[in-house]
Amino acid sequence: MMRIECPWCGPRDETEFHYGGEAHIARPADPDALSDEAWADYLFMRANPKGVHAERWMHAQGCRRWFNVLRHTASHDILAVYPMGAPRPEHPGTGA
Amino acid sequence: MTGARRLPTGGRIDRARSLAFRFDGRRYTGHPGDTLASALLANGMRLFARSFKYHRPRGVMAAGAEEPNALVLLEPGRFAEPNLRATEIELYDGLVAESVNRWPSLRFDLGAATGLMSGLFVAGFYYKTFMWPPSWWNRIYAPAIRRMAGLAQAPGEPDPEVYEHRHAHCDILVVGGGPAGIAAAHAAAAAGARVMLADERLQFGGSLLDGAERVAGEAGPAWAARMLDETSALLLSRTTTFGYYDHNFVALAERLTEGLAPPERAGRPRQRIWHVRARRVVLATGAHERPLVFPGNDRPGVMLASAVAAYIHRYAVLPGRRAVFLANDDSVYAAARDFARHGGEVAALADLRAESGADGDGLPVLRGAVPLRTLGRGAVTGIEIEAGGATRRIACDLIAMGGGWNPAVHLFSQSRGALVWDDGLQTFLPGRSAQAERSVGAAAGRFDLEGCIAGGAEAGAAFARELGFDAPAPPSAQPPSPRPAPAQPVPPAGRGKAFVDFQNDVTAADVALARREGMHSVEHLKRWTTLGMATDQGKTSNINGLALMAAGLGVPPAAVGHTTFRPPYTPVPFGALAGRNIAALADPVRRTPMQDWQEANGAVFEPVGQWLRARYYPRGGETMREAVARECRAVREAAGILDASTLGKIDIRGPDAAELLNRIYTNGWKTLAVGRCRYGLMLGEDGMVFDDGVTTRTGEHRYLMTTTSGNAAAVLEWLEEWLQTEWPELQVYCTSVTEQWGTITVSGPHARALLEPLVEDIDLDPAAFPFLSMREGRIGGVAGRIFRIAFTGELSYEVNLPWRRCLPVWESLVEAGAAPYGTEAMHVLRAEKGFIVVGHETDGTVTPVDLGMERMLSSRKDFIGRRSLSRPDCLRPDRKQLVGLLPEDPSEVLQEGAQIVEAPRRTPPVPMLGHVTSSYWSAAMERGFALALVKGGRARRGEWVWASATTGDSRARIVDPVFYDREGARLDG
Repeated sequence: MMRIECPWCGPRDETEFHYGGEAHIARPADPDALSDEAWADYLFMRANPKGVHAERWMHAQGCRRWFNVLRHTASHDILAVYPMGAPRPEHPGTGA
Repeated sequence: MTGARRLPTGGRIDRARSLAFRFDGRRYTGHPGDTLASALLANGMRLFARSFKYHRPRGVMAAGAEEPNALVLLEPGRFAEPNLRATEIELYDGLVAESVNRWPSLRFDLGAATGLMSGLFVAGFYYKTFMWPPSWWNRIYAPAIRRMAGLAQAPGEPDPEVYEHRHAHCDILVVGGGPAGIAAAHAAAAAGARVMLADERLQFGGSLLDGAERVAGEAGPAWAARMLDETSALLLSRTTTFGYYDHNFVALAERLTEGLAPPERAGRPRQRIWHVRARRVVLATGAHERPLVFPGNDRPGVMLASAVAAYIHRYAVLPGRRAVFLANDDSVYAAARDFARHGGEVAALADLRAESGADGDGLPVLRGAVPLRTLGRGAVTGIEIEAGGATRRIACDLIAMGGGWNPAVHLFSQSRGALVWDDGLQTFLPGRSAQAERSVGAAAGRFDLEGCIAGGAEAGAAFARELGFDAPAPPSAQPPSPRPAPAQPVPPAGRGKAFVDFQNDVTAADVALARREGMHSVEHLKRWTTLGMATDQGKTSNINGLALMAAGLGVPPAAVGHTTFRPPYTPVPFGALAGRNIAALADPVRRTPMQDWQEANGAVFEPVGQWLRARYYPRGGETMREAVARECRAVREAAGILDASTLGKIDIRGPDAAELLNRIYTNGWKTLAVGRCRYGLMLGEDGMVFDDGVTTRTGEHRYLMTTTSGNAAAVLEWLEEWLQTEWPELQVYCTSVTEQWGTITVSGPHARALLEPLVEDIDLDPAAFPFLSMREGRIGGVAGRIFRIAFTGELSYEVNLPWRRCLPVWESLVEAGAAPYGTEAMHVLRAEKGFIVVGHETDGTVTPVDLGMERMLSSRKDFIGRRSLSRPDCLRPDRKQLVGLLPEDPSEVLQEGAQIVEAPRRTPPVPMLGHVTSSYWSAAMERGFALALVKGGRARRGEWVWASATTGDSRARIVDPVFYDREGARLDG
């Protein structure tokens, strides 16, 4: 079980959080401008890397706030925790 | 007198006290400090169990957690625990245990005949034999094989004991209380770190208790006791560290009532599961001795050499009188000397290697020996060995084997650390760490006592320094002196079964067969032969199995690799994992303000989310259908009351509240006036219906949203997610008020007359208080709200009152003649009106268009899910659409979930047109009716289809889904 650093409450067990999938997928401002393919891409297509993944978590059994996490999907190392809306931080070895 | 094999002195037992116990119905005695295994060995017992597949007689092989043979059922009856290792059960007075997998008795076992048919039971037999005819597998083969194979029966009664969980944090967790672990914990705690030291046994000391080694002149056990006395570390004995998870989360099982008879355990938890988050972990888990693979190596009387030493030193039991030691490692020589020193006769010390670094010390040593077979009809009476070109038979009653040592790398591997093969030790060692941990002592391949202690102290101090404590660096451990490598296991010479996995009856021949059949990966080997499965997870067998595989393939063992080590290290009872979260505490039950009344008045309940809702209120001997029909008639003809308190309620506030609703709901919200209500439908971004409910504007910037009972939390989370992640600019706050407001729905033509006497300051006249509006006022003397909302189609008032003030109003209404109705009648009444229920008519694949609710879709704004409604898949003409169904036989009620088909055919293919989503008996229509999702259903109104279910096929006509009061004439009473 991972330990996740909630930006508001501090480090807590993973069981207190809900996973929210890949981060930085903005809802299109004008959905009608999108082709069916582009809309389906927004709806369904998600990255599934073996490596560093930017993802959303929510402290469901605490402050109920959403935030972003950079996590290595194989080692489960958490490399960064940052607020919603902030850009994905550069991190050594992340290729970002 | 506790048995012929007990030594006159020594051991860590209390000879002043005797304990009586029973094994397979016979009485024995032992001493405090004994395990069940040591006490039985002291009594001269050699036969402990029958084996898994062949029912071969088995004795005890080890002295600890790795024991594969001596499994017992402890305390048959209410307190039964199956498949415990006799080597770990602490003896207590009155203990009762039974051997497992024998029938009818341990000595005379009919199942041993399977040994004669063993050609049928080779590796992978269940993939090949007993396959024909196919129908026989479930009825005949499987039950018969299950009776013959397997271990103890699972207990049949509820576990009477309690278990608890505890969370803990520490700087350094040390796993294993042998010399290395004690040294690590002592060094770290001395520097000021918070340290936990856990050991699976009753007594700390590990290998120090199994031999006579001294630490700098001090007796080993005395050194251990002194170090533990000095340290501030939290000491957890009888505590097995069974799981190592992410981010140094480690799970431990502490046995709190070990060694106590069931009556003495009352009021105490049997086990405590520790959830430990450790900043650093030291793994001092020791090592298990490897068995040797040779014909007849499973005969009772064949033991690990280290176990012989352990029984002598811990329990003062000499497990045999005349022994042959089979050595593939120098450590066996010490065990042989111990045996001789305590009065045993060493008939031979047969070393499989040509060279060794150890001194025979006058014992009869044979070099380059090959064990050919064991002799005896039950237990061992001798062994046949080839050495120096000659074959000789040696009489003995004990064979002590030592194939080398396997570091207990289980937890290290669970932590995702990489294992590396070591040619010198012929086993895997911890390699690169994946987490903040270090292996020390024998777990790291260090077998000399000085090296273990120095390495442990060094690790403890180094971790303490890493964490900011001031720990002096102890002198570094010297590199170990070189020792001759154990010989690589080779396919056994001689005839007869040579066991690799004793618990699962997997032989060297099975491993060879698996290789011949193409199972060249260890993972395939494991699944095909079951090597390394079962309760011991191959503690004594995995390394031998993969080494034999490698030898057969002609590759180095490193190339074969190892199977995955998974938690738990040793079995953990389900009860312990569940802890207190059982029965009523498994999932909280939420109660409505009217629930006590409903229980007192005979309601039948149904679970809805975490709620229990009154489903119907049977009177006298009414059946469910009779009760529901009566409740429906009461609502249609007079008035009924429903407890709707479970509906989710969310208070939405802020200047952008209407904008939020506009984006979330499919319809428009900007024009809703204060005091007015509107039905809303929300979709997922994929366009599928997610939830529905009525939202009321309760103030200028304030709304009260209602959700379905089961979705309340999910809807709140949905709103919060959009507000926080996509629309942080919206100024809105959402608060759950589900349990602040109880809800009583009064519905029926007499609703107004019933409610009027209770209401002080609200005009209930539909002319003054129109449908879909809300009034605030006093109801039953309490400030509350009334909503004109109707799920039944009748004149309805939904009364919201503070949770704890609801019951008196409910009781007044009942007294005034309102008929309480339950969720079943509610469902019938709403289905008659064609109203959907999320979860009945929707299943995550249904759009508003499918439901015929196009009018709910605003074309003047965007909303969540709108764009998806024009995806090609959502425009298919053959999508399933909501329709009504009337069975041809009006007395029939179709089965919910029945498949809709064109014709009642049973031979495939049968094209599925859809399914029945809701189906009831209508008191108003005096017939059965249903709602269904049918492909292209709206265009098929008037057509006949068949509803096909397990109960049979029924003809039904597709109709409009609104069955009752299509014009809505009854809404205002």
